[in-house]
Amino acid sequence: MTEAVSRIVVQFFSEASSAMKEQADQRTVLSVSGLNVSFNTLRGEVKAVSDVSFDLRRGEVLALVGESGSGKSVTTRAVMGIVRGNATIKADRMNLAGNDLLTLSEEEKRKLRGRVVSLVFQDALSALNPVLSIGDQLGELYRTHLGVSRKEARERSIELLRSVHIASSERRIDDYPHQFSGGMRQRILIASAIALKPEVLIADEPTTALDVTVQAQILDLLDELREELGMAMLLITHDLGVVARTAERVAVMYAGRLVETGTVDDLFRAPAHPYTAALMASAPRIETVERLEPIKGSPPNLIAPPPGCAFNPRCTHIGDLCTKVRPELVMGADGRARACHYPLLETANVG
Amino acid sequence: MSADPILEARGLSKTFHAGGAMFGKQFHAVKGVSLSVAPGETLAVVGESGCGKSTLARMLVGLETPDEGEILFQGAPIKRDRALRRQVQMVFQDPYLSLNPRRTVLDIIAEPLDVHGLARGAARKARVEELLTAVGLDPVAASRFPHEFSGGQRQRIGIARALAAEPSVLVCDEPVSALDVSVQAQVVNLLIDLQKRLDLAIIFIAHDLAVVRAISNRVMVMYLGRTVEEGAAEQVLVAPRHPYAIALRGSALEPDPKLARLARGTAARGEPPNPVNPPPGCRFNPRCSRVTAECRVDEPMLIQAQGHSAVACYHPVHN
Repeated sequence: MTEAVSRIVVQFFSEASSAMKEQADQRTVLSVSGLNVSFNTLRGEVKAVSDVSFDLRRGEVLALVGESGSGKSVTTRAVMGIVRGNATIKADRMNLAGNDLLTLSEEEKRKLRGRVVSLVFQDALSALNPVLSIGDQLGELYRTHLGVSRKEARERSIELLRSVHIASSERRIDDYPHQFSGGMRQRILIASAIALKPEVLIADEPTTALDVTVQAQILDLLDELREELGMAMLLITHDLGVVARTAERVAVMYAGRLVETGTVDDLFRAPAHPYTAALMASAPRIETVERLEPIKGSPPNLIAPPPGCAFNPRCTHIGDLCTKVRPELVMGADGRARACHYPLLETANVG
Repeated sequence: MSADPILEARGLSKTFHAGGAMFGKQFHAVKGVSLSVAPGETLAVVGESGCGKSTLARMLVGLETPDEGEILFQGAPIKRDRALRRQVQMVFQDPYLSLNPRRTVLDIIAEPLDVHGLARGAARKARVEELLTAVGLDPVAASRFPHEFSGGQRQRIGIARALAAEPSVLVCDEPVSALDVSVQAQVVNLLIDLQKRLDLAIIFIAHDLAVVRAISNRVMVMYLGRTVEEGAAEQVLVAPRHPYAIALRGSALEPDPKLARLARGTAARGEPPNPVNPPPGCRFNPRCSRVTAECRVDEPMLIQAQGHSAVACYHPVHN
């Protein structure tokens, strides 16, 4: 009896210490709190992002999910400091690997890009310079940031292309972007993003324009590189299939606000926010044929969002409070957060 | 299936010339492809870019002329016959590029009516309003311009235009791939409902297997201009037999973390080779995991097996 108890105690302590170790390893590399981004337009102020907060830990993949216009891309552009147009950006905290993004000068922020944080765009063809060879574009990174010689930059670039699985990279280094296929160009873009081994990689719809087979290859590549380099990844996507394949945690955005956050497994098993549930019901699956359930209506106008919860005109679980009081994002005991007055209850019989 | 096919294609081939007709190289965008579709049925054509699925679609609606083979409508060959052409209409992929920005929705949707001389004046307007209602848009939309609509709404306009001439066959080339998930579901459901109501035959060109599963009865997998597997949707998508179809299945991104993690690392290797220079033998052999010597010599034929999908492979997987 006592032996059993002591075994349990020992087990408890060893688990606790490994959890502590894990925690130390999982230090936060990107912390955003109370981010607001608005654009002044002729028709009024568009609140593209409202009160968005999230933490990204070392080595993890956080997916920011939402439909077009939900504010997911603007959020990441605010973090990168590359919001275009006449935007007003406010935040309580924006910390990137120990650097306070709110107080840094433009010049200092510029230095962080590439080395500490980098971005993979959706459209590889327009992100690469058509008149420079791949070797010149990748080599430039090493020469400007690390001040290495042309020769060394070239060697490193070849090595880099190899790491993103571009065959015969010594030969292809002198080719131009148009000589590569869409999937290869996306690999090159990823190569340039990881060249300086950043701590945070932001991937904005990295596979949307690609073929399915290539899409899966690119996601597998990102996953492999993340493990190798220990990068944290912020993945922006509207595709729940991409989330399921790649991410560990998810933050769902709607009308510029976070509506639900949690682990991928929890969220897919039992979405708590009706919007998350509706998104999932609208996604087709291969194994089963069920009639798809589209979300009725369309996303709200961000100049004059509906009162209360922004999702209320489209919600199937609407209650009295929804049109009056805006629900705050509240963290539940299960480590999941939702911004909903009447969250969906987890059904007991799910396995 | 049980009903007689309404549209049939036999041995369609299309060759393009890359880099000039005289000195450039030829490549077969589509080579010896046959298909048939019955009223009320949806045949999906899936494959990567460059597999010839869009060229096939364009041949079916008469936007390209096949070099070989023929297209039959109710058993009669379609040539330059407008009355027959009218029966096969197309919904295009990009709802932003396929609607003329300077014409009103009324004129866009009425174009087939004008071309085929089907309705004029008040009847024309009434028909357009009826079509708008059928695709779930407000009839007042008729007087607006395409830029006033969202992507999903534009695709509805594209569908209304395709339906204007009362076709029996709708060829949809990636109709939902440019849309958000929730909007995608709306358009897929609209197509399913219209099909039921009008007994339409649909040829649905797509690369997203999950969307294909939601809408199709039969599926045809193409690789570099050839059909490599064809059969009931459930067979081809859930239990594919051709190594390429299996790889495609492994690449599909499913909104289910457990399935998705299992699929990690099972994506098809490599990228589709250049169609100008297809490898000898089976076109999939350089990427195939089951390749043997004979695969590099002769191209396998599409063979129908009892109770299974038809595959063009020397070593299909037995389920």
